[in-house]
Amino acid sequence: MSTPTPVLEAHGLVKRYGHVTAMDRCDFELRPGEILAVIGDNGAGKSTLIKALSGAIIPDEGTIRLDGQEVRFHGPLDARRHGIETVYQDLAVAPALTIAENLFLGRELLRAGTLGKVVRLLAKKQMLQEARRQMDELRIGIRSMRQAVETLSGGQRQGVAVARSAAFAQHVVIMDEPTAALGVKESRMVLDLILRIRERGLPVILISHNMPHVFEVSDRIHIQRLGRRAALVATKSISMPDAVAIMTGAARGDLLPSTTS
Amino acid sequence: MNENPVTLAEEAGPLETGPSLVARVFGVSAVGPFVALLLVGAFFALKSDRFLTGSNLSLVLQQTIEVGTLAIGQTLIILTAGIDLSCGAVMAFGSIVMTKLAVDNGVPPILAIALGIVACGGFGLLNGMLVTSIKLPAFIVTLGTLNIAFALTHIYSSEATITGVPGEMTFFGDTFKLGGTAITYATVVMLALFFVVWFVLTQSPVGRHVYALGNNPEAVRLAGVHVRRLLVGVYVTAGLIYGIAAFLLVARTQVGDPAAGQTDNLDSITAVVLGGTSLFGGRGNVIGTLVGAVIVSIIRNGLTLLGVDSIYQVLITGILVILAVTADQLTRRRSR
Repeated sequence: MSTPTPVLEAHGLVKRYGHVTAMDRCDFELRPGEILAVIGDNGAGKSTLIKALSGAIIPDEGTIRLDGQEVRFHGPLDARRHGIETVYQDLAVAPALTIAENLFLGRELLRAGTLGKVVRLLAKKQMLQEARRQMDELRIGIRSMRQAVETLSGGQRQGVAVARSAAFAQHVVIMDEPTAALGVKESRMVLDLILRIRERGLPVILISHNMPHVFEVSDRIHIQRLGRRAALVATKSISMPDAVAIMTGAARGDLLPSTTS
Repeated sequence: MNENPVTLAEEAGPLETGPSLVARVFGVSAVGPFVALLLVGAFFALKSDRFLTGSNLSLVLQQTIEVGTLAIGQTLIILTAGIDLSCGAVMAFGSIVMTKLAVDNGVPPILAIALGIVACGGFGLLNGMLVTSIKLPAFIVTLGTLNIAFALTHIYSSEATITGVPGEMTFFGDTFKLGGTAITYATVVMLALFFVVWFVLTQSPVGRHVYALGNNPEAVRLAGVHVRRLLVGVYVTAGLIYGIAAFLLVARTQVGDPAAGQTDNLDSITAVVLGGTSLFGGRGNVIGTLVGAVIVSIIRNGLTLLGVDSIYQVLITGILVILAVTADQLTRRRSR
């Protein structure tokens, strides 16, 4: 075993909704410090897989391991407590709140001592500084942390959501279609952000429909088809047309040199 | 890609040049209501020399007490993108509970007051449970509880005004002198309550969650906040505030009146909207609501001083609400 212990690993995940099997003995592997793209056609079970990994659904069968330890997530909060942060496609930010408030939503910092413990007073200055530090570190150029998020462009908003997950993630950042709603220039910014998160040593799971984006930033690609993993390949060793062929079922994934072993 | 950094920082200037101090303290939407207040005040000051006297302004504040206090709870609920039509009826119910217990059942006044406030909190709990568990629109739920509270008030009081209220219950209706002007303690209680709620909304995590809830409930849920508990908490808090309004009403009028508060629900919504809080939730602030409530009182008071028929007061308040909601809608559209 020359490969390091995967950060996040799943075996034989099954999820059924009535007669529909959304996930059919699906495997998954994420290695330390990599950007793993998850691609698949609509209905391939991509989002079911991601929901299982981020705790949003509980799989009927199968195991999930985090750093080699088996885990069972009882909800998104539980996964988050285990250091798995998810950036959602629909920009889960509160538009009228400021950037700093959004970064710390649900995890607000309180003042030290009685003011914090009893009065539950917000440590606003500390949150502003910390928000500024995070945004600077990820090189998201936003003037004021006191700006309401609704005054930002789509890319900047996504930047806030990404910064929030990067700030709190201990193990894994999951990004669900982070560039889907963005223009060319803004997508560029978000892709750069993803690379910077990897520079920090955090592995990223990138769910995307955008093949050029996937091929540009990912280290490996997980191709999901018919509820299971059709292939797991190093991005360098596959062409875009081949990846699409496996995704759509025009080619068989098991004919490729596997990177799982 | 570092040669060509696309950080969207082109427009970035000096750090932390955020909104102005006033806008930061009260939120941008509070500036409009203050301007409106000044305009309305100036208008009546020019038209009537009795308007700008200490005693008249104290009277304006006194006339603001019930609607103003109710509007605090109403603001909380509207911030979560809800609405509460039951507030006035719940207040009337609370006032009957406290006066009836004290007068007819000989319950000690302090306990009677507490039970009345708890009764209002109970209505808040009912509203909150119905809104969160059956997921009915707040408009429908509170329309129902409005009628329930209204009916219970009349059944329990046998439609009779309760008099002979003990002195302990009406103490806050008494006045003290401030620079020669008599001010009721109830006014001070109302203002203090505005301050406390403003403080919690702006300075505590739960306050920020209330705003976020009106903005994007899904974001709040994903951020790990227990949304249902938060929402029920908001309705219960609003109910307890209506209970305090009931207590101040009894203190000011010295009776338990089953017919009280019948138009206060719409008046409180008017105050909230005039105060710049968005009916769509998530935006606004409670200090604006105070300004809104005072504007409503000033218009009533000023038009009375000018001898204008009271039906015109209703007409003008109606027009103002439409203007305020239009302004809200336009700001929202711009921020999209």
